[in-house]
Amino acid sequence: MSDIVLSRPVPVTTEPPLARALLVGLAILFVAIFLFAPLATVFAEALAQGWRGMIAALSLPDAQAAIRMTLSIAVIAVPLNAVFGIAAAWAIAKFDFRGKAFLITLIDLPFSVSPVVAGLMLVLLFGANSSLGVWLMAHDIRIVFAFPGILLATLFVTFPFVARELIPVMIEQGRTEEEAALTLGASGWRTFFTVTLPNIRWALLYGVLLCNARAMGEFGAVAVVSGKIRGETATMPTMVEMFFNEYLSVAAFTLASVLAMLALLTLLLKSLLEWRHADLLAATCRH
Amino acid sequence: MFRTIEIGARRRARGAVRRRSGDGRTERNARPVQVASLRAERRTSRLKGILRAAAIGLAIGGPLPAMAQETVEILNVSYDPTREFYRAYNDLFSAWWIAQGHAPVTLRQSHGGAGAQARAVIDGLEATVVTLALSADIDQIAERTGRIPADWQSRLPHNSSPYTSTIVFLVREGNPRGIKDWDDLVADEVQVITPNPKTSGGARWNFLAAWAYAERNGLDPRDFVRALYRNVPVLDTGARGSTTTFTQRGIGDVLLAWENEAFLALESLGDDAFDIVVPSVSILAEPPVTLVDGNITSDAQREVAEAYLGHLYSPEAQALALHHYYRAWDLSQAAPEDVARFPDLDLVTIADFGGWPVVQPKYFGEGGIFDQIYED
Repeated sequence: MSDIVLSRPVPVTTEPPLARALLVGLAILFVAIFLFAPLATVFAEALAQGWRGMIAALSLPDAQAAIRMTLSIAVIAVPLNAVFGIAAAWAIAKFDFRGKAFLITLIDLPFSVSPVVAGLMLVLLFGANSSLGVWLMAHDIRIVFAFPGILLATLFVTFPFVARELIPVMIEQGRTEEEAALTLGASGWRTFFTVTLPNIRWALLYGVLLCNARAMGEFGAVAVVSGKIRGETATMPTMVEMFFNEYLSVAAFTLASVLAMLALLTLLLKSLLEWRHADLLAATCRH
Repeated sequence: MFRTIEIGARRRARGAVRRRSGDGRTERNARPVQVASLRAERRTSRLKGILRAAAIGLAIGGPLPAMAQETVEILNVSYDPTREFYRAYNDLFSAWWIAQGHAPVTLRQSHGGAGAQARAVIDGLEATVVTLALSADIDQIAERTGRIPADWQSRLPHNSSPYTSTIVFLVREGNPRGIKDWDDLVADEVQVITPNPKTSGGARWNFLAAWAYAERNGLDPRDFVRALYRNVPVLDTGARGSTTTFTQRGIGDVLLAWENEAFLALESLGDDAFDIVVPSVSILAEPPVTLVDGNITSDAQREVAEAYLGHLYSPEAQALALHHYYRAWDLSQAAPEDVARFPDLDLVTIADFGGWPVVQPKYFGEGGIFDQIYED
């Protein structure tokens, strides 16, 4: 007869509101201090002389050459490393062979080697003091202190990103689907494009974005092999340093904010793709 | 695993039969005609489209190296503090060169620590001219590559040094530590900022100036310099790096700086933030310039490069050097205020130490005095 009054259930699986608010607040504070504040400073410094200062900085021939240089490096290095990364991950995940662990270690090598050392290796290998370098110079082929050297340094440093993203995904998926496709008569290429690629595309996208961010932002290895020739072998990060050292802080921070914008754009692109294909993503549950 | 296996006779396939098994399976050499290949092909053609777009983008935007370029190019590999001077000088030279009735030339600049820059030229950086902080760096290039003759320093007037400088102290506004001379730098709590003598030319002049002070004042130079380097919290690779450490990052009480670098810091960052202190003894620093003969590719390039260096001695260029806080030789066209700012100083020269061929290995070579001091 009497109604049973149900008290609001006390959630036992969550923390008290105070603790939650505190933790969330702490996380936001941390992100604000270490992520947004430095980024905001970069943009604020770039705008120290207003938009006109920024536009003037961007119309400097050295700045434009640096932007062009960085973009051309990324346009070549990222697709190459995407192909290399897929090939490496494919070989590691779908085949059994001797020395597999060694190959995985080799792929990780650029992560553990300091970028400066990577640059110095290139200088030692192709520089004027090696026999290879002497031969190259005699044939008028310039590697170090020119575009190819910077490209090689970037390729080396960004090599692991795609492979590292793909290997766990491909190992987890196993090889049954590919085997089924092949059993049903698909060719190797077709199996790759209709079975493997759709399965790994999110991991691939993520790897490519990381690879791209690093390719555009790499400083250490590139600084060693670039020779610091303004307007010719200076990439955006090295040009930022040069401008900063020349007390041209507006130019330095303008270029830095362009670099940051490119990074933000890549992230935005990734989120946009994820959002547009959210249903697909949920269906496949593969990321 | 990638062998094409076909099942049943419903699938048509072209190409020679390689193997036919009892259950009707055939294996063929050529790619089979695919029933549902449309999607895959569209996919690949899209990929091709992307690649093509990338290739076009590259062709438009990529720095295709020196295609059909007729203009003569000069690469001036220089050291850190000359950035502003050579930017101005390149404009001056370009205008003068065209006014002489020549075709325009492309002038490129590279800057860094003098030692590191010399190293890059030795490793193959194709410098047309080098304008470094001290002759020892050019000697290194001459010795290791043979691209510069050994007697290079006698090719141009004043030991091939069109401008000179010296070493002074830059302190924070009001000189809170009361630094007046070299002996104030070895006090316990004073932090001194100077670059690494192994990579920076300016740092070597700093070291020798301190050494000269100790010798003149009856101190043991080795102990004095050791005490000084004990007060150095960071050794940057180049003079500009040290200036940035001191001025922007706010580390240290006193910066041992090129005189021109110190004036430039005052100009760029405001003279209400720093003061210049002139010590009782300093050193005449002669940053030399020379042609890298081995890297010259044409007579036209040699002509421009020689004119480029020779014009540094012209009254206009000398006035420009004075304006950029270098001490120069020809005052005829200089603005009086550019000349008046230089205090008279008791300057020792590198010849007092026996010249760079002696000084370089003795003080800064592998296991030299700097290494011995720094290891303690």
